Amino acid sequence: MSLWQYANPVKFLALSARVQPALWALAAVFTGVGLLWGFFGTPDDARQGSTVKIIYLHVPAALMAINAWFMMLVASLIWLIRRHHVSALAAKAAAPVGLVMTLIALVTGAIWGQPMWGTWWAWDPRLTSFLILFLFYLGYIALWQAVEDPDTAADLTSVLCLVGSVFAVLSRYAVQFWNQGLHQGTSIPVATGNRSVADVFFYPLVMAMLGFGLLFLALVVYRTGTEIRLRRTSALRARMNRGA
Amino acid sequence: MMPELGKYASEVMSAYAVSLLLLAALLVVTLWRGRAARRALEETEAEAGRRG
Repeated sequence: MSLWQYANPVKFLALSARVQPALWALAAVFTGVGLLWGFFGTPDDARQGSTVKIIYLHVPAALMAINAWFMMLVASLIWLIRRHHVSALAAKAAAPVGLVMTLIALVTGAIWGQPMWGTWWAWDPRLTSFLILFLFYLGYIALWQAVEDPDTAADLTSVLCLVGSVFAVLSRYAVQFWNQGLHQGTSIPVATGNRSVADVFFYPLVMAMLGFGLLFLALVVYRTGTEIRLRRTSALRARMNRGA
Repeated sequence: MMPELGKYASEVMSAYAVSLLLLAALLVVTLWRGRAARRALEETEAEAGRRG
């Protein structure tokens, strides 16, 4: 059994129908528990007061904003190299989800930044690269809409995705590349494990991060199914029109 | 039940309101579009079947 068998749209739809109920249920439980625990069950921070509760939205959304683009990058590479339509459609399906996650990260960051930094916005490396990532999401979605032939659209958007990946990397590592700006460094560095978040905030945050990850997965699987059906419908219509 | 949010209550509440609204809009659009696509495919397949 190979992973590539799910490049077959029929097999992908069959698999997605089987896994979706569990995926949606897990996404709802983890997101719900993470956000409710964070909002109702954690204390104020000594310095940031109750604004620390914004972390349960801001960090998971920012994490998924970047990872959604990386998922699109992998799917785009698969399309460019192996020409599997499902992978191109999965990248297309993920873009609006990534866009919303990026918007949530930008908006909650601005709302959090105003009382803590005294400004809604600064041309800080991480904030700026995130804004550019947001614009890349918009451009990517617009390009899919603008090109009529689906394979050409998949080719062009895949190339755009490769270019945009530079900003996805910058969004993640900007605070390490440039030791300047208002945005703090990584609170939970996976490589070193030296996190600066206390346990009382960390555990609900992990729940919310898992929840957002599962929510992203559930949305992308569902939306990919939608894209497959839309593609099949237009192919059938084109065939009927040729036969008429 | 409601936690005491102090002087930052409006910031915290607006962050949650905007985020949950955006997530809800994404979910509604996703499900609505998915159902429309499913219906369109069923209708097209039925029409193709009738035409042979």
